[in-house]
Amino acid sequence: MPKDRVEKRAALKAFDLKKNMMLLALVVAMVAFEILIRVNHKGAFFTPANVTNLILQNGYVVILAVGMLLCILTGGNIDLAVGSVLCMISAIAGVLIVNMGVNIYLAIIICLLIGTAAGAIQGYFIAYVRIPAFIVTLAGMLTFRGIGYIILKGFTISPFPKSFTRIFNGFLPSMPAQVPLRTTTPGTFDGDPDKLAENLKYFLSENDLTAKQAADMSTSELRDMLEAHNSALLKEQILITMIVAVVLVALFVILNSVSRIRRAKKGMPLEPGYSFGIKLAVVVAVVLFGFWLFGQNKGIPVILITLGIIVFVYHYFTSKTVPGRHLYAMGGNEKATVFSGINTNRLMFFAYTNMGFLTAVAALVCIARFNSAAPSAGDGYELDAIGSCFIGGASAYGGVGTVSGTVIGAIFMGVLNNGMSILGIDQNWQRAVKGVVLLLAVLVDVATQKQRGGGRRIFGGMFKGKDKDGEAAESGAEPAPEGAE
Amino acid sequence: MEKYLLEMRSITKRFPGVKALDNVNLQVERGEIHALVGENGAGKSTLMNVLSGIYPYGTYEGDIILEGEVVQFGGIKESEKRGIVIIHQELALIPQLTIGENIFLGNERGKAAAIDWDETYARADELLATVGLSESSRININDISVGKQQLVEIAKALSKNVSLLILDEPTASLNDDDSNKLLNLLLQLKEGGLTSILISHKLSEVERVADHLTVLRDGSTIETLNREEINEQRIIRSMVGRELTDRFPARVPHIGDVTLEVKDWTSYHPKFDRKLVDGASFNVRKGEVVGISGLMGAGRSELAMSIFGRLYGRNISGSLLLNGEEVTLKNVPAAIKSKLAYVTEDRKTSGLVLSNPIRVNITLADLARVSKRGFIDAEEELTLSEEYSAMLNVKASDVEQKVENLSGGNQQKVLLAKWLFTEPEILILDEPTRGIDVGAKYEIYLFINELVAQGKSVIMISSEMPELLGMCDRIYVMNEGRIVAEFMKGEATQERIMESILRTKREVADA
Repeated sequence: MPKDRVEKRAALKAFDLKKNMMLLALVVAMVAFEILIRVNHKGAFFTPANVTNLILQNGYVVILAVGMLLCILTGGNIDLAVGSVLCMISAIAGVLIVNMGVNIYLAIIICLLIGTAAGAIQGYFIAYVRIPAFIVTLAGMLTFRGIGYIILKGFTISPFPKSFTRIFNGFLPSMPAQVPLRTTTPGTFDGDPDKLAENLKYFLSENDLTAKQAADMSTSELRDMLEAHNSALLKEQILITMIVAVVLVALFVILNSVSRIRRAKKGMPLEPGYSFGIKLAVVVAVVLFGFWLFGQNKGIPVILITLGIIVFVYHYFTSKTVPGRHLYAMGGNEKATVFSGINTNRLMFFAYTNMGFLTAVAALVCIARFNSAAPSAGDGYELDAIGSCFIGGASAYGGVGTVSGTVIGAIFMGVLNNGMSILGIDQNWQRAVKGVVLLLAVLVDVATQKQRGGGRRIFGGMFKGKDKDGEAAESGAEPAPEGAE
Repeated sequence: MEKYLLEMRSITKRFPGVKALDNVNLQVERGEIHALVGENGAGKSTLMNVLSGIYPYGTYEGDIILEGEVVQFGGIKESEKRGIVIIHQELALIPQLTIGENIFLGNERGKAAAIDWDETYARADELLATVGLSESSRININDISVGKQQLVEIAKALSKNVSLLILDEPTASLNDDDSNKLLNLLLQLKEGGLTSILISHKLSEVERVADHLTVLRDGSTIETLNREEINEQRIIRSMVGRELTDRFPARVPHIGDVTLEVKDWTSYHPKFDRKLVDGASFNVRKGEVVGISGLMGAGRSELAMSIFGRLYGRNISGSLLLNGEEVTLKNVPAAIKSKLAYVTEDRKTSGLVLSNPIRVNITLADLARVSKRGFIDAEEELTLSEEYSAMLNVKASDVEQKVENLSGGNQQKVLLAKWLFTEPEILILDEPTRGIDVGAKYEIYLFINELVAQGKSVIMISSEMPELLGMCDRIYVMNEGRIVAEFMKGEATQERIMESILRTKREVADA
């Protein structure tokens, strides 16, 4: 490789806040909520319980938004049926697991297959029959919701067995529960009674006490011992959580550094060292802080692991693989993509089939969290997913958008919901605020599109070749290419 | 009363970096049919756009004098108010509406809040009768033939109290029967006192109906002929009469065996039952540049696209031989695999993903070359895209620059780089120098020479005859989907090419 060409390579831009407006907005929103909530004496935003909640509440949005991003990338197409498919899958899972007692893993596989099939049906009509996505998924929205109601006969199915909910809504490490010091009503305990009994037994044996001895002890003596026991458990939980966090962070730093060194050796462009360093430091700090909070609550939510895997896989898919690249090209200029020998129908079909699969995953997450399958499940979820993509910088015309941006968009929506709820803001106001935020985010997108001259020109076709950009040289002055007729 | 209904004096229209019209004069007498002819890109449409206000007053130099008074049109509405109506080459009818609705679109009968449909259709029926149509104006516009739609366009113009009717290639997509009807109608309207300007490539038609004829070439008026002076030979000489200078780099051809041979190739329009390519046969050899000449709509791009993995067209038949072996290329990937490349004529709509960087565009058609098991090797992609970008001399800061920010010439080079990246042996270049400046054109010519020197075969489709004459070893002439003539480098001239096109047009007309 000629040396001059390597020298010509411009270094990558340092992390530019202007290009990451939403990340900035997210940080500002979180800090603002922290202040507002404290000022109003409603607790705090960054508490172990609340941050854990934030993850639990918004896991499904992230999963749906990632799927929606692929649909949007193909050319601004959306899937309105997401909430309804989610409802149908919940209903099927409810019948299989609760009513019929089918093996949980078998039920999960069946649900994932049915979700994928629902996506494939819609994808077939959109990609091969070429019916506009809006219409197909509007029909899907009605149909799948209807099927959900039919399966549930209008009732809610609950509760789901622990063995199921733990898979999607549990925590790691699965520590013995702490013995509650106070009970809501005399003679009962919060939480899982089996686990508490087991835990109490453990507590007694740890302290070489028999049940009788314990009964003979004074209340205050017993409480001190219980407190000591609880705090030991908590410490252990924090320790394990932080060990996991440190391992993850170390892996992250090592992988990034190795990749940077490898790129440097090959003469690939690099971002400036300070920017790289700051980026790593921020990620490390955020992860450590987050896990510290999780440790103080119940541990690492399982959903976080699921999300991590999904986000990593789709980030990799969109940025590093051939079909991922084709998706972006298709959204950027479908005709040029077809002329390049790429099967855009197949890409479209894949995007919607994949949306069906991820909807099924989200459905399992949702029923585990709510511990029920209800006819109203998933109502309006499609709008959360679509909103997350656009807030996260996806273009409404397709071809632009990233998985990381979408995740930020989804978290932003979640933070708005969560913060406003703690502040006790009325549900209706919350909706209005979210609507305005969505509009503002897309407004930014349209404004930047205009700056680049990439906006839609309504009369572009009429006076082709006579644009202001100097394309009107000799033959350009009389356009109408042969293929046009 | 003034002798001239319309005079355009010293009209100059500049686009950034190019003069599309240079000191053009046009004088149209009251009540005549004035023909306007010239090669593609001579400036006919630009002149008409100046006249109708599409390019508003202030964006051009010179004066437009209508009925003895200088007019300054700010837009098409204002020119229409003065009775100037253009019928564009592509019809401006809304397919979902009825004939009557189309005729009065934007000019509705009755009140704004209450359209008078009875009057609309009554008046529309009258207008249809005027243009010789017996259809009811209540039927859908899509239910009548293209020829009749063209007549509806004229009826629509008449509804606006037209005093000067401009027709831009009105017969381009009509068969001879319909063309005749339209021309007769024009003559009949002339009897009624209507003045019209007719832009046409079909010189026999012009010869039949025009009272005067103005020839444009390279954005300048060449001459205006009287009725008596109008004959095809004279027009052709006037249209093409420029000298070839050394705009084309010299090359010593080393021509080898036939690499691509197409026999009896036929392709139909994807929607209509119309042949786009009709029994075309041609071949190209190793190290040879073969040109395909023809007018717009002759079927050249359609031929190329139907060969390139059936990208466009329907019911494609004929045989295709690559290096003597018959092959079927059932889709574009198959064509790419067989080392064919089709470089589209329209880089913006079908060639490049403008919002993406140079790197992504160059590798798009053959990502497999820089990936392993579906995963893109970022380093390999960067290195190779830089290599191709440098090979084509693309002027950009680096390959991460977005293509939409490049000049037309550099975009065209990226498009070429994209197809060279697929390592083709046979390249079909469709209008490879359209809309780019002279310097970039020369670079592309040099590059074409280099390709054939490497033993590749190049098929070059171009509407610029001098370019074909300057670059090609052999030139085929296409007309109405058929290959009508073949010239070797020495024997081809613009006159002979034009003549062979016109000859076949007449044969079709006579038959």
